[in-house]
Amino acid sequence: MQEGTPLQSRQVNRELLVSILNSPKWFFGALSVLGFIVLVAMSTAGFMINQGFGVTGLNRPVMWGFFITNFVFWIGISHAGVMLSAILRLSKAEWRRPATRAAEILTVFSLMTAMTMPLIHTGRPWRTVYWIYTLPFVPYDYARGIWPNIRTPLVWDPSAVYTYLTSSILFVMIALIPDFAVLRDRTTGISHRIYGMLAMGWQGNARQWKLQIIAGVLLSALILPVFVSVHSIVSWDFGMAVSVKSWHSTIFAPYFVVGAVHSGVSAVAFVLIILRYIYGWQNYIRHEHIDALARLLIVVATGWFYFFVMEVVFGFYGREADEIAVRNYQFMISPWNIWMMIFVGLTYFAPVAIWLSRPARRNLWIMSLACIFVNIGMWLERFLIIVPGLARKQLLTFDWYTYRPSSVEWIIIIGTFALVSMLMLTIARVVPLIPLYDIKEGEILRTEIKIGRVTVPAVFRED
Amino acid sequence: MVAQRINHKWGMVVDLDRCTGCQACVVACQAENNIPINVKSFYQQRRAYQWIRIERYWEGEFPNVKARFIPILCQHCENAPCEPVCPVFATYHNDEGMNVQIYNRCIGTRYCSVNCPYSVRMFNYWEPQWPDRLRNQLNPDVTIRTRGIMEKCSFCVQRLRRGEVNVERRGIEPLTGESIPPADRKLDQRRMKEGNYLPACVQSCPTNALQFADQHDDTSPVKEYFDEANEQIETREHGGHVDESHTRVYRLLEEIGTKPNVVYLKKVDAFPLEKA
Repeated sequence: MQEGTPLQSRQVNRELLVSILNSPKWFFGALSVLGFIVLVAMSTAGFMINQGFGVTGLNRPVMWGFFITNFVFWIGISHAGVMLSAILRLSKAEWRRPATRAAEILTVFSLMTAMTMPLIHTGRPWRTVYWIYTLPFVPYDYARGIWPNIRTPLVWDPSAVYTYLTSSILFVMIALIPDFAVLRDRTTGISHRIYGMLAMGWQGNARQWKLQIIAGVLLSALILPVFVSVHSIVSWDFGMAVSVKSWHSTIFAPYFVVGAVHSGVSAVAFVLIILRYIYGWQNYIRHEHIDALARLLIVVATGWFYFFVMEVVFGFYGREADEIAVRNYQFMISPWNIWMMIFVGLTYFAPVAIWLSRPARRNLWIMSLACIFVNIGMWLERFLIIVPGLARKQLLTFDWYTYRPSSVEWIIIIGTFALVSMLMLTIARVVPLIPLYDIKEGEILRTEIKIGRVTVPAVFRED
Repeated sequence: MVAQRINHKWGMVVDLDRCTGCQACVVACQAENNIPINVKSFYQQRRAYQWIRIERYWEGEFPNVKARFIPILCQHCENAPCEPVCPVFATYHNDEGMNVQIYNRCIGTRYCSVNCPYSVRMFNYWEPQWPDRLRNQLNPDVTIRTRGIMEKCSFCVQRLRRGEVNVERRGIEPLTGESIPPADRKLDQRRMKEGNYLPACVQSCPTNALQFADQHDDTSPVKEYFDEANEQIETREHGGHVDESHTRVYRLLEEIGTKPNVVYLKKVDAFPLEKA
């Protein structure tokens, strides 16, 4: 039984299209502020490419730093989409309905942002056409004998990520078709024609609904293996590195996947709270939804914590001097030990303590705080895996060094956050971030009738 | 004409008993391979380019202390961890046992350096620059690397190619300058042997701590050490025990299984520090 008052279809249309049909006053102001930050970050990246990597804080043992951390972070955020739409759709969790669209769109944009990171991080970005950007778009230059090295995780990586990106976009577009039709009917002029094209002749007859549902379920099932493989493969970037003691571990794949779901679902909960606040969607994003996300997150966070502890335990279990040196650096040496404490506190103990209490789960301020905590913590997690592992790579102590990010790296990282926010804001102007038809379907499914003395659902779904 | 290649496998032996840490190899390498001048800030940022470097370790507590030196260069591993991780095949193994870097292919993902246990791969953080008065000292046989790519010790492969040209095409014995009769101008072990081709570091080492030759050549000075090192690997792979107190031969970070083509000989300490 769901909370909240029953909603009429007319009301659903009016309230959920508010972000598109009447754009709020602050919209273009916020967009231009975010756009300015993105422009600054892009010019900074241009400066870095022009000057060389000397302007970053990278050095010889620590060749990967903030950019790769940020890449893994955004790939992690992208795992919310499938987690919420595909898994919850297949498991028929009713409370998923308002969260799916926002999660899927966040998936698409965070994947796109993530893929800019390896591009920026290469020393000669203008030549990455020989690496990742050939795979989906351009035929490879086989005629000149140039081949990609398929043994490297850096080729598996873009393959997996682009597969995920393609299937996520398909997933979003299929779910959007009925909503595009609604928009087509309520707009005029050029936007009417564009929405008409995107709606692909949707008329809402039974056959079209059946096909749309089949496509959605089919894609949910097909996207699941991709979902698991993407972050596993990203983790193999590290797990396959034989020479970096603390990375070379078989536990990384499940550890990273669970961590990705953890940070991604938290990010979606945060995005939902913001949407509820700025567009006044109290009737749609209700406390029960955030509550359910928080309860899901308790399980995910605990699973993640298990892998985190196991990774450390495995490290100590071998009792090899080089492994101990890394752990000593992570847990004992300032400032890494302070970051480590902040990271574990913010990722597990603080949010789970919040989520365990029902009043806290239903307080949106506390919930958004917990979700921000998780994402700061998960960013630090990747950072604390990547940098100390490289700084104490092997026992040749002469080469040990540390890493201090430069302002260039900070600006580019902040720019990626602004980029995702900007894209989310822009898309909120174009498509409804809460699926109209899905909400209406939920409303129909929750109607009940009384037969004699029992109350039963009035409608069943076939699938 | 395709040169009739023979089964060369080049290898280096570093005798730590002879190394005095004089850095002559570092300077020679710098001059030979067009490595940019390492200024103070490069060292402070840990971005100095040193294809070969002398690592200095202290043994014991002051005042009872000894300095230990170990020259570390690209180990040209048989199972090189840097090779499989490059997405564009910028680094690969050639058929003479060398790990070679193709600068033009490199896009600078830096994965090879991350995956190198010896940290011998140098990334060009800045566009390389030389003072004007040093422009004529650049070696024409060696590419100048641009910013954003990876570079590393090549075992002075340009000297090998030059030696091959001298023997095969010009018919000149590289070491002595004698003329080789046309029938003998072959790149076999009798012609391309130790001395006809030496990396700059080996040539400059005043104490002969570095030796370089063909591992397959029966007369070469490095063969016995490589045979022993390979035997050790074989023994360990079959679960045997290598008594390290009876041998000086070892390979750096052998437990990773990289099988380097550089072999180290332990220092023989006549007066070891007394352990407190």
